[in-house]
Amino acid sequence: MRMPDSFNKYLDETGATSRFTYRYFHELVRPRYEIRQFLRQCYLIGYNSLPLIGITGFIMGLVLTIQLRPSLISYGVESQLPVMVSLAIVREIGPVITALIFAGKISSSIGAELGSMKVTEQIDAMEVSGTNPFKYLVVTRVAAATLMLPVLVMISDAISLYGSYLGVNIRGNTSLRLFFFQVFQTLQFGDVLPAFIKTFFFGFAIGIIGCYKGYNSSKGTEGVGRSANSAVVVSSLMVFIIDLIAVQITDILGLN
Amino acid sequence: MEGHNPDAVIAIDRLVKKFGEKVVLNEFTVDLKRGENLVVLGRSGSGKSVLIKCVIGLMRPESGTINVLGEDVLSLDHDGLDNIRSRVGFLFQSNALYDSMTVKQNLEFPMRRHLKNIDYKESMDRIMDALENVGLAHTLNMMPSELSGGMQKRIALARTLILNPEIILYDEPTTGLDPITGKEITLLMKEIQEKYKTSSIIISHDMKCVKRAADRIAVLVNGSCYAVDTYDNLKRSSDPNINQFFE
Ligand SMILES: Nc1ncnc2c1ncn2[C@@H]1O[C@H](COP(=O)(O)OP(=O)(O)OP(=O)(O)O)[C@@H](O)[C@H]1O
Ligand SMILES: [Mg+2]
Repeated sequence: MRMPDSFNKYLDETGATSRFTYRYFHELVRPRYEIRQFLRQCYLIGYNSLPLIGITGFIMGLVLTIQLRPSLISYGVESQLPVMVSLAIVREIGPVITALIFAGKISSSIGAELGSMKVTEQIDAMEVSGTNPFKYLVVTRVAAATLMLPVLVMISDAISLYGSYLGVNIRGNTSLRLFFFQVFQTLQFGDVLPAFIKTFFFGFAIGIIGCYKGYNSSKGTEGVGRSANSAVVVSSLMVFIIDLIAVQITDILGLN
Repeated sequence: MEGHNPDAVIAIDRLVKKFGEKVVLNEFTVDLKRGENLVVLGRSGSGKSVLIKCVIGLMRPESGTINVLGEDVLSLDHDGLDNIRSRVGFLFQSNALYDSMTVKQNLEFPMRRHLKNIDYKESMDRIMDALENVGLAHTLNMMPSELSGGMQKRIALARTLILNPEIILYDEPTTGLDPITGKEITLLMKEIQEKYKTSSIIISHDMKCVKRAADRIAVLVNGSCYAVDTYDNLKRSSDPNINQFFE
């Protein structure tokens, strides 16, 4: 029986990505460590994403609160508004939306950057300059993405909750203290921890897919564009797939 | 070593390189003698870039041997390869300047990496030397994107020279440049050869450059070395495989 070509291509791609991931862990643990580059990437990837993540987080919290209020009023539980919103943000919406925005911003820029370095032979030039380009370019970026996304998600969650507080205050009247008192009384360890852990996986997937697409870019500027584009598509999809797996695992472990 | 010419700084013997089914190099054999400029002439897509990438260990051939400065490149480990790479300069076809770094950082990069404990003053001296060699000392703090194509080529050349290599591999140094800049680069290459006693493999289609720079020419046809001779002898040849380049 012959498999359709697209299916074969999909399997090839999966195999190649797995090998790339294996190589990442292999190179990650062996010296030499590119600490300076890693810190630089943390700055570029993490710090530079802050404004975008902050704005979207704020709007998300505010809008969600405004949207939820009428339904809660109709059930007569308007006082539960902070509780509902904070659960939704911390458990699901915060990590996933932040990861998607991060994928759009970071995965494409890594894909395009490494792609153009590949086609203009900059990666070869690094190699002849006594540098392991995989360590210098890939390991630093993936590690930075893995560590920075969880931090960004925490910041985004906090800003979202503040947005939600403002949303509650449009029609109601509650103090910031009371709002956060209600929020922290509701949030359990089991709400926060799984959500926090999965963000590392989101960050890792986004970093590794961006790097893989860029590093294996085909010749020509068209190839670079295609790398950037498919990096965003695939890494956004991966965010949802990881989310699906994560929810199954927390369910089985009874953390829900 | 059998058949190994002691004068040769690079000895390539029966090199075979395939991409899948496609045979790019088929038993290619050539020697680069100490102090000479050897031009490799071949049509576009004939495998010239692949050839010199094999020499520096960026691509692995299927079979054959490559001896560079007395070391068998294909059996070297990582450190051995780095050592060879610090002695052999490579000018990339697309310049390969790091576009996120300034000119200064571009030139610093190979020094920082190969000569791990070079001090700041010495590295600055070398950078200024290399830039003055190519007449672009004023570009020190510019980004590659602010430079013209010819200037980028010269900066790339400065970066290639910064480690004082014994051998230089030039991949199409004059392609895409106007004839005047092309001539400047060619003269610069000759000057480097005389000043530093380097040996070079030069890949080029530019017959003006070939005529000026070449001590010998190797003609690459169908993946093997079809002929090796001086410019004048090859020009006189009536073989269509050879004189197609001279028309
Ligand atoms: N990484 C690769 N994967 C597959 N095929 C390749 C690869 N690199 C080169 N080739 C093929 O090898 C052949 C020789 O390529 P090469 O770049 O050496 O040509 P060239 O002689 O330098 O040509 P040009 O003068 O255009 O630079 C080409 O047909 C190319 O398609
Ligand atoms: Mg080429």
